[in-house]
Amino acid sequence: MSPSLHAALSILFDGLGYAMILFTMSVGLSVTMGLMGVVNLAHGAFAMLGGYVAMVVTTRLGLPFLPALALASLTVLAASVPVERTLYQRIYRRPELQQMLLTIGLTMILMALTTFAFGPAPVSLPLPDFLNGQIILAGRGFPVYRAFIVLIGVTLFIVLRLGLERTMLGAKIRAAVDNPAMAEAAGIDTRWLFTLTFALGTALAALGGALAVNVVGLTPRFALEYLVVLLAVISMGGLGTVTGTFVASLVIGTIENAGRYLFPAGGAFFIYAAVVLVLLYRPAGLYGRS
Amino acid sequence: MSIIRYSCLLAAGLGLAVAVCLPAARAETVKVGVVLPLSGGAADVGQTEVRALKLYYKQHKAELGDNDIVLIERDSKEPSGATAMTLTRELVVQDKVDLLLGYQFSPDAIASAKVATQAKKPMILVNAQSSYLTTLSPYIVRLSTTIWQISYPAGRYAYEKLGCKSLIVGYSDFAPGRDVLAAVKAGYEKAGGNLMDAVPMGGPAQVPDYTPFLQRIANEHPKCMFVFTPAGNFNPPLARTYSDLRMKQSGIRFLGTGDVSDDTTLQQLGDNAVGWITVGHYTADLDTPANQQFVAAWRKEYGNDVPPDFFAVQAYDAMAAVFHIVKTLNGHIDADKAIASLRGWRHDSPRGPIMIDPETRDIVQNIYVQEIVKRDGKLAIKILDTIPAVKDPCKALKAPACAK
Amino acid sequence: MADPDPLEAAADPEALGRAAQAFVRARDDLRPADAIPWLLALAVPFLLSQECAFGTQILIMVLFALSLDFILGYAGIVTLGQAAYFGLGAYTAGLLSARLGWNEPISGLLAAGLVAAAAGAVSGWILLRYRHLALLMLTIAISTILYELANTWSWLTGGFDGLMGISISPLLGVFDWDLEGRTSYLYALVVSMLCFLALRRITVSPFGQTLHGIRENTARMRAIGVPVLGRLTLAYTISAGIAGIGGGLLAQANSFITMQVLSFDTSAAVLTMLVLGGTGRLYGAMVGAVVYMLAADRLARLSPEYWELGVGLLLVFVVLVCPDGLFGVVDRLRRRGWRWRQ
Repeated sequence: MSPSLHAALSILFDGLGYAMILFTMSVGLSVTMGLMGVVNLAHGAFAMLGGYVAMVVTTRLGLPFLPALALASLTVLAASVPVERTLYQRIYRRPELQQMLLTIGLTMILMALTTFAFGPAPVSLPLPDFLNGQIILAGRGFPVYRAFIVLIGVTLFIVLRLGLERTMLGAKIRAAVDNPAMAEAAGIDTRWLFTLTFALGTALAALGGALAVNVVGLTPRFALEYLVVLLAVISMGGLGTVTGTFVASLVIGTIENAGRYLFPAGGAFFIYAAVVLVLLYRPAGLYGRS
Repeated sequence: MSIIRYSCLLAAGLGLAVAVCLPAARAETVKVGVVLPLSGGAADVGQTEVRALKLYYKQHKAELGDNDIVLIERDSKEPSGATAMTLTRELVVQDKVDLLLGYQFSPDAIASAKVATQAKKPMILVNAQSSYLTTLSPYIVRLSTTIWQISYPAGRYAYEKLGCKSLIVGYSDFAPGRDVLAAVKAGYEKAGGNLMDAVPMGGPAQVPDYTPFLQRIANEHPKCMFVFTPAGNFNPPLARTYSDLRMKQSGIRFLGTGDVSDDTTLQQLGDNAVGWITVGHYTADLDTPANQQFVAAWRKEYGNDVPPDFFAVQAYDAMAAVFHIVKTLNGHIDADKAIASLRGWRHDSPRGPIMIDPETRDIVQNIYVQEIVKRDGKLAIKILDTIPAVKDPCKALKAPACAK
Repeated sequence: MADPDPLEAAADPEALGRAAQAFVRARDDLRPADAIPWLLALAVPFLLSQECAFGTQILIMVLFALSLDFILGYAGIVTLGQAAYFGLGAYTAGLLSARLGWNEPISGLLAAGLVAAAAGAVSGWILLRYRHLALLMLTIAISTILYELANTWSWLTGGFDGLMGISISPLLGVFDWDLEGRTSYLYALVVSMLCFLALRRITVSPFGQTLHGIRENTARMRAIGVPVLGRLTLAYTISAGIAGIGGGLLAQANSFITMQVLSFDTSAAVLTMLVLGGTGRLYGAMVGAVVYMLAADRLARLSPEYWELGVGLLLVFVVLVCPDGLFGVVDRLRRRGWRWRQ
């Protein structure tokens, strides 16, 4: 295989892995923001919590990695319901400024509590042996863990697409995104719909956070570190669209990866330049409706 | 003589008497202003350093006799320089501290150096590793290390002793990382090598996905790679990516600064890191009596979970320097005398013998070539070689990075 | 002059103009109470001179928050990239001294304001066509790109280690920069007061009223022939200029800056301060910046590790209990008192 083809394959595959982490973490944010219109800056904090729960479950309770992923999502899902009921429901109709302030405040509280419980030092999440190896494809080795992340990301995309299109819940969510007042008039209980969607969204964030530990590490600061990138993904994709978020994750993941591989001194310049270009031409994002 | 002049004279005479008599009689309490990041991204490091300061104080308090030392801790938060400088001013003006200590990041030290000069306060650097910092104020003494002190000999050693005939440097893309690159390059070229490539690996704001950077290095097939990333959170993902990309199996030797084998996160690197060679100035696994005592005391005080690391020993030695000043001056801190007492000061530190260079006020210390090994089911650090009594080469060579 | 009768005014365009002028003048009147915060601030170097160093940092954040309030509170432009202009101003003032040897403070400060204003004019003309998430993201992206540039061009900016060699000559050639920081405090105080007065004047001018109208109902303002984009761009330019002056003050007062001035954290912090105090009344920016800075500093002293918890709780409390910000409470009490007296 020629070196440049080799490099191109590396870029594409590695970019795909990174993109799927971005997708898992951001899709919940896109749907909740599209549905409820809340600028939720605490989404990264829920991802961070997911990572910590997974860490506790594996290293302190001794459970295997896969159940830990599920438990992390479920725990954060359960925890998010009271948070949504007590805090978020009060700010749905408020100006976006107050939403930002409340969710930044919530992020700071969650970060401080996590620091209090686990300390500020980084923690790790050991992987099982079967995720540690490499698989050989087309004469080239690919890390199993990356492939695993890609598998989860793609499955998630398909399930979410089908779920939104084929299920009653999906239909209700789409109706409420399009026209909340009309949906309510048609007898949809938007309050519970919001709670449910929010819980599912944060559970996905938690899953993404737990998956990301072995790629970018974990400290309480994770809540803020990746927040801006997540906002970039959802604004490029368009609010409330699963496909948009998926495509934007792919675009940003690939550009970031290619930029870092080919021009490592460029830093984060490329992705932000890409975001600016897309938004200047499509302010509502690639798949968003203006 | 008018009554006013008379009372003025009387007051002056009294004041003189008080000034002459009291110091000899009274025990002094020396106030030390501590400026370290206790929250934010480097909170874990700052807190480790505070623990080390307190441990030294607890162990050695008796040596102070009637005098005493109090620490006034302040949180310098994110490394903007502004917070550290404001806190330093407040410590000087409001709290009337006698000594300043701390400064995790170079910008914090740079911003505060002027205050130290203006207020004539000795300023003891606990970390802040940019070489030129000691030139910014005559009152700065550094008890940590400089980047060049580690990376320059590392570059030479890689070529001369480790047989790295081709080398790529991967570094976190901000001032300290670029300093590491310059130092490794200078040492490597001095030994006769020629760097194959240098790969900046993302800024300090967030831990990146290392894959594209390491993939680029892997695809160039060097014999060795040399990596610098900030100690702590950046290292476990680095080890995982190194292993995921099978770099060891493709015969690329991993070298790095001591930051990547930092004792605090060592166990989190996993077996991926066995065989890594790092160059640094301290590891908790150092086999000397002074270090064993230190580590035992640390574990007794703070539990077995986390060993002390090089940040801890830097702060521990900084406190030893404070004790030296207080004992030498018997509690009456005068900046010039304090600095004079530290010039040429020798101390038996857990990291080995250290000395303060009388000219540059920088530390002179051993640099260790270490290997990560597996011992009793845990990762440990084995000393392969010791480069004794290394002085900061950046100033000695008048490298452009130190000409500021 | 007696107030014109509104009915008569409606019939007579000239009278309408007079009524508008009278209305504006009435709102422009600075009451004695407006002097209180400035008198309090002025007392600091005399009564609490040891607080001057910290006070200077607070004043700079007050000025920065004022700049944000002008576009956010009055024109309704929600941005998370105000650090771009703050940072540009800081680097302009800093580089003038550190690289070009131009050490005179006041001209340096003006230059900082001008450069930031120019950047504001250009970027505003492009960005202000967008709203909501797109605008938020664009402002974040632009300040992040500047942040990356400051890191990459560290030969110019000093990057992470910071810009060294800023050495400002004595203020007006007379007042040297003392250790306690009285000079820089008074300098920051005078500059922020002048900027406040200017902003105050602008907000009550017809232009300020136009901005208010755009915030409340953009479509209607466009319908009555107001060049919305032009007005918004002008407001954005002014705001960027003032943020730049704030940044310039920071560079001069501290003789040092790092690329942190351009970071997302800086934008988020100033927004937080403003909303904490309350938007759209200028005084909210003052109260918010003072409360936030004091809380962060004092809580960090009580328990350095967990000041974030305290600030976080404060933010949640403010949104849930007094959504108009802390100053909104003052307003509400004042209005209630007014009604009671009537």
